[in-house]
Amino acid sequence: MIRVISVALLAFAAIPSASAAEALKVPIGYLGRAERIETISLLDQPAADDGIAGAQLAIQDNNTTGKFLNQSFAVEAVHLKDQDDPVAVAMQLAGRGTLFFITDLPAETLLRTADAGREHGLVFVNAGATDERLRQEDCRANVIHVAPSRFMLADGLAQYLVSKRWRRWLLVVGSHEPDKLYAAALRRSAGRFGAKIVQERVFEDAGGARRTDSGLVQIQSQIPLFTQSAPDYDILIAADESQVFAPYLPYRTSEPRPVAGSAGLVPTSWDASHDQWGAIQLQNRFKRSFSRRMTALDMQAWTAVRMIGEAVGRVQSADAQRILDFIKGPDFALAAFKGRKLTLRDWDLQLRQPILLADGRVIVSVSPQEGFLHQYSELDTLGADRPESKCRLK
Amino acid sequence: MWLPLMLGVCLSMIFVSEAGAFTAYISNERSNTVSVIDTNKWEVIKTIKVGQRPRGIAFTKDQKYVLVAVGDDDTIQMIDTGTNQVVDTLPSGPDPELFIQDPDGKMLYVANEDDNTVTIIDITRRAQVGDVQVGVEPEGMGISPDGKILVNTSETTNMAHFIDTSTRKVVTSVLVDARPRFAAFKQDGSELWVSSEVGGTVSVIDPVKHEVKHKIEFKIAGMRPEPIQPVGINITRDGKTGFVALGPANHVAVVDGTTHQVMKYLLVGQRVWHMAFTPDEKYLLTTNGVSNDVSIVDVGALKVINTIQVGQLPWGVAISEH
Repeated sequence: MIRVISVALLAFAAIPSASAAEALKVPIGYLGRAERIETISLLDQPAADDGIAGAQLAIQDNNTTGKFLNQSFAVEAVHLKDQDDPVAVAMQLAGRGTLFFITDLPAETLLRTADAGREHGLVFVNAGATDERLRQEDCRANVIHVAPSRFMLADGLAQYLVSKRWRRWLLVVGSHEPDKLYAAALRRSAGRFGAKIVQERVFEDAGGARRTDSGLVQIQSQIPLFTQSAPDYDILIAADESQVFAPYLPYRTSEPRPVAGSAGLVPTSWDASHDQWGAIQLQNRFKRSFSRRMTALDMQAWTAVRMIGEAVGRVQSADAQRILDFIKGPDFALAAFKGRKLTLRDWDLQLRQPILLADGRVIVSVSPQEGFLHQYSELDTLGADRPESKCRLK
Repeated sequence: MWLPLMLGVCLSMIFVSEAGAFTAYISNERSNTVSVIDTNKWEVIKTIKVGQRPRGIAFTKDQKYVLVAVGDDDTIQMIDTGTNQVVDTLPSGPDPELFIQDPDGKMLYVANEDDNTVTIIDITRRAQVGDVQVGVEPEGMGISPDGKILVNTSETTNMAHFIDTSTRKVVTSVLVDARPRFAAFKQDGSELWVSSEVGGTVSVIDPVKHEVKHKIEFKIAGMRPEPIQPVGINITRDGKTGFVALGPANHVAVVDGTTHQVMKYLLVGQRVWHMAFTPDEKYLLTTNGVSNDVSIVDVGALKVINTIQVGQLPWGVAISEH
């Protein structure tokens, strides 16, 4: 029932120990979803090892460092199907000594697993879920968020559009729940940075196949119809996390306007084209190991495993509470090829990070944009800041 | 009419002999060129086409060649300083970035950023003679004045690795702050300074005890901490003054070599990375990657006295002894 993708990728024995003393072993669990989202573009189809590959690369990096510190890391990945019990899986791994879990799970599943793991001292690093509620009313003291929240992604995009003076947005929202949540984040960002949503339209998911042999003929007539007679706008913003329509928008709108959000200019934590700040080294390493390009989910998992590796290296212990305290503390900083250090927000355990704006070929810009100031960190202009946070960590 | 002109000529001649005639070579990462600067005129006198992505650059000890690491070509090119032409290459291993020579100028130690390796090259034979496995993304290279200890910093491992040059083994590794970029010994070997670009600090390490004995922190009035990203370090021969290039903060910090206190911040060009002194230590040249120029710092006066346009994304600088 449970598909175990890879068990103990790097055997502990294979790591040369620096001294006669036994190496400090740090097993990490990876809980992902077996279901893969259908995408419109073939290029966006996630690989079977999407996410876990990033974790595996970080394990390699941690172990290169670990050989000088007599520490060794390994990851065990489980991809859960709908009928699988995530709590049972986590407990099974915990029974084998795993205290740290990287997760790419829906918000509800993550909360259930984290709450059950709490009394066993399990620490979860959310690498997949962008849900705001996980950082706000449903935040948890044993759940760290590496994935940027929807608020952070929307703010990153909004800052750039406002700096371009593209302030009039036509917002098109999908009919699924995640699309609505993303739209809510975009509305908030528009209000926050002075953009105006001139009109909202809902694109109903009427079902059907994403790929058909002569589908293009229909789309070419549907999209102009759908986008016509809108009030004047500068840019069309699509909230379509469910991948139903957004990639069909560019070049097909009734008016010649650029597209952003879920297609066109996309805010993200990572892109295969990002090569600044030494990122080319990581991109090369990834491609050599996995024969494909690195996705945002790969990068989020890499970052999550590196955070644990970095903390274990500094603290020289694998004690989950000490590691968690260190990551939350003022001395923690991670270098992740974003041109500045990444640190943790102590009020909601969200990793501070720049947001890349990618058009699928190159990185167009990186937010925070110049001029968006903050008294503590410019990165805190992205997402829910301390005063507005509803999170009370318990 | 003639008198002022003659006087001018005489004055400029005096200035020439006083300043000494040095040549600075600047690697331009994006242009794939090396700019040659005359330090009397503070002018680019020649631009040399080199391989792809030139970064680390240095003179051989005999001054006959300028070595430039061309990372995307996986080699180090040798520029003949007589003809200013690329005449040969060294087998550096993949993606060479920074390198350092032993005090005799016989061995070259190269950080291979993509390969977690330091490659050792016999310069005379132009052959690889060994390698050392280090941490993830090796970059900074320093060598003790007696040539016995080589230090390599690895950017993602966040360590300074101490390598015994006779056994070619890592003796010990010292953890420093995030993304260590550069390592420099004091001339008397008493201290090793390691810059951490993302951590925003310079660790002063006791090379005998292998301990971080001080961390230099930087604070520029009116600037957030994030752009303060230390990279290049140059310490005067007497060990009294250290200069630290602060990357996108566009400043060079002047650090008291004894107390490790920052004395001054000098505004230079944008994204300052590497630096070099003229041999008389009168001037310090800085490479400013985003503004595509080189700033000239008067070391005595602690002032920026000139700016020279070079190629795109200037990265490293090497200056002749004569």
